[in-house]
Amino acid sequence: MNISLCELRCGDAATVKRICAGGCATRRLYEMGFNTGAKIKVIKNDFGPVIVSLFGNKVAVGRGLAQKIMVDG
Amino acid sequence: MRTIALVGNPNSGKTTLFNALTGSNQHVGNWPGVTVEKKEGKLNFKGKEYNIVDLPGTYSLGAFSEDEVIARDFILSGNPDVIIDVVDANNIERNLYLTTQLLEMGKKVVIALNMMDEAERKNIQFDIGKLSKKLGIPVIPTIASKGIGIEDIMQASIDMIYGDIGTGSPLQYNEIINHHIEYIENVLKDEKLPYPIRWTALKIVENDEEVLQKLEESDISDDSMRNIEDFFKYHSSENFELEIIDSRYAFAHRVTEGAVKRPQEESTTLTDRIDRIVTNKYLGVPIFAIIMFVVFQLTFEIGEEILGEAAVSLIENLGGLIQVFLIAIKAPNWFISFIIDGAINGVGAVIEFVPLITILYLLLGFLEDSGYMARAAYVWDNLMRRLGLQGRAFVSMIIGFGCNVPGIMSTRTLDNKKDRMITTLINPFMSCGAKLPIYSVFIAAFFPNHGGLILFSLYTLGIMIALIMAKVFSKTLFKGESSYLIMELPPYRMPTIKNVLRNMWDNIYGFLKRAGTTVFAVVTLVWVLAVLPASAEPYGQFTILGRMGTFLAPILMPAGFGNWQASVALFAGLPAKEAVVGTLGLLYAGEYAEEGSLLINSIQQHFTSLTALSYMVMTLLYTPCAAVLGTIKKETGSIKWTVFMALYTFAIGWIVAVMVFQIGSLLGFN
Repeated sequence: MNISLCELRCGDAATVKRICAGGCATRRLYEMGFNTGAKIKVIKNDFGPVIVSLFGNKVAVGRGLAQKIMVDG
Repeated sequence: MRTIALVGNPNSGKTTLFNALTGSNQHVGNWPGVTVEKKEGKLNFKGKEYNIVDLPGTYSLGAFSEDEVIARDFILSGNPDVIIDVVDANNIERNLYLTTQLLEMGKKVVIALNMMDEAERKNIQFDIGKLSKKLGIPVIPTIASKGIGIEDIMQASIDMIYGDIGTGSPLQYNEIINHHIEYIENVLKDEKLPYPIRWTALKIVENDEEVLQKLEESDISDDSMRNIEDFFKYHSSENFELEIIDSRYAFAHRVTEGAVKRPQEESTTLTDRIDRIVTNKYLGVPIFAIIMFVVFQLTFEIGEEILGEAAVSLIENLGGLIQVFLIAIKAPNWFISFIIDGAINGVGAVIEFVPLITILYLLLGFLEDSGYMARAAYVWDNLMRRLGLQGRAFVSMIIGFGCNVPGIMSTRTLDNKKDRMITTLINPFMSCGAKLPIYSVFIAAFFPNHGGLILFSLYTLGIMIALIMAKVFSKTLFKGESSYLIMELPPYRMPTIKNVLRNMWDNIYGFLKRAGTTVFAVVTLVWVLAVLPASAEPYGQFTILGRMGTFLAPILMPAGFGNWQASVALFAGLPAKEAVVGTLGLLYAGEYAEEGSLLINSIQQHFTSLTALSYMVMTLLYTPCAAVLGTIKKETGSIKWTVFMALYTFAIGWIVAVMVFQIGSLLGFN
C-alpha cells in the first residue's frame, strides 16, 4: 500500500512510487532524484522538513511537498 | 578562442575547478547555489589560450529558477566547444542525470569525477575505464580543491575539441516514446531548426516549454506547429516527461552498475552526528542564535577591542605626521583642512574599521564554507513557511549580513517569483558589514561594555523586522503559494584556509575600494559644502551643508537626533553606508578640535544613550545604499520596485527609530 513520505519514521527505508504534486514540483522532485523506483531512507522526520538519504546524499524536503511523495509502506 | 564550459549539479565543485583552472578567485562555499552568475576566465594550456566559463549549478536542463535559466541558456545558445561536466563522485547516479541530458543534445562532454577524496573516505569504489566506456566519453577523476587532475581534465577537453569523437545519445527510450520522437522528427524534417532535430523532437515529447517557445519564435511553418499542437491535444493525459526522466535515471543506473561499488552499510559519519544536534527540534533555532551571537561577540571583541585600537592610533599618528609635514612645507590652509578633516577624519574614520570587518567576514566565510548554511535553511523552514516563505530564503538573509548585494543575487535560486520578490524586499534589513563602523562608533561612545550584546540585538531586530515585513508582503502584495523547500544538505567540511582568506580579502578589498572612491567622493563633497560660503564659520550651521541639514533635521526630530550633522550623515550614507561615519568624523571633528578619540568625544556631546540607540536603529533599517538599489533595479527590472524599496525602508526605519526614542523617553531613559 502506498503512503506518504511524511508517514515514515526515522530509519525507515522505502521506494518512491509516484508523486502527486503539481507539474513543476513533480518535475523538480523527479530531477533531484525522487523518480519512480528511487530508494530512499528517512533520516529525520519530526518537525519541519523531512530529511531523507537519497543515493547516499541528504536532501531536506519541505513537509508539504513530502506529503505528496508516495512511497511503498 | 575555444570555449570550455563548466556544467554540473549545485555544490559539485564547479567554481573550485574554475579557480584551479584559471587562477581566478571566485567565491566558493559549501552550500548549493553559491554561484548564480556566469563567470568567465582565461587559461593558457600548452601555448594556447582558452576561454573558461563557470555556470551556476543545475540539476537538469529543464530550468526552474533564474540561476538555472542562466546555465541552460548558455549550454543551449552559447555553443561551448566542449563541456566539462563536473560530477560529484559521492552522488554519481543523480549527477549523471544531467550528463545524459548533455549527451542527448549531442554536446561534446568530458566528465570531471570530482571530490574523489571524499568518495574514497566513504569507501566508494570506481571502475573509471568501465564508466567511461559505458558513457562513451572520457571520465577524469579530480580533486579540484587540491588541484588534482587539472592537467588531465584539460588534456581530455582539448582532445575532445580537436578530435573527431562522435558523442551522440547512448540513451534508449521505450517503444512508445521512441515512436513519438520519430513522429515529431518526421513532422520537422524539412524545417530549419535552431537545435539538432532528434533532440528537438525529444524535447517536444517531453513538453519542454522553453524549447516550444523557441520553436514558435523560429521560422517554422504553421503546418508543423499545428501538427505539434495536435500531438499535445491527443496525448494530453499522458505524462511522457516523467517516463523520459525515468529512462534517464535507468540509463544512469545501468552505467554505474558494475562500475561503482558502494559499501553495503553506510556508517554514521561526523556529519550525521553534528546534524543530530544542530537540526534538533528544540535546539535548532537556539543553536543558530548562539552561533550568530558568537560571530558578533568575536567580531566585536577581537576586531574592535584588540585590533581596533591599533588601527585608530595608526590613523591618528599618520594624520599627525601628515599635518606636521603639510605645515612644514607651507601648504595652504584650505588644503591642510581638506586633508586632515576630510581625508584623515573622514576616510580615515572608515579605514579604522578594517580590523572589525576582517573578523566579521572571516567568521561568515567560515560559516559558509562549513556546510551550516543549508542547515540554517532547514531549521528556519518551519517558521518561514508560516510567514509565507521557505527555508531557503533564510540563506539569502544570512548572506545579506555580509553585503546585501550578493544577498539579493542569491534569491535567484528560489523557484518562484513571489518568494524571490519578498526575499529581495526584506534583505536590506539584514545589517551588512558596511554598517558595522556606525554601530561601533556609537557603541564605543555609549555602551563600551556591552558591544557584542548591542550588536546582536541590532541584528536580531533586523531579522525580526524582515520577518514581519515578509508576513505583511505575503498577505498583501504577493499572495499565493510559496514554493516548498527542497535542498541538499552537503556534508560538513573543514573550511579551507585558502577559501576563507579569499572570501575575506574580497570583502576587505571591496571595503577599501569604496573607502577610496565613493566614501572619499562623498566626504570631499561634504567638506566643500561644509566650508562654503567663505563668509560662514566652517562646519557651522550657516554653511551650505549646515542649512541643508537644518532643513532636514525636523524630519528626524521625533526620533531624537534632530541635530543637523546627524541628519546630513544619514543622507551622505546613501551612496555607501561607510560614509555615515566618514561624514560624522569630518563634521564633528571639525567642530571640536580636541586630542584623542575626536569622533567618540563629539558624539558623546551630541547624542544621549537613547538617541544613540535610535540612530543605530535608523541606520540599521533605513534606505539601502546605491549599490543595493542598483542590484534591485537589475534583478527586478523595475524602477517602480526600486523606488518602493528606497521609500518603504526609510519609512520603516523612521517609524522604528521614533518608537525607540518615544517609548524610551516615556520610560524615563535618556
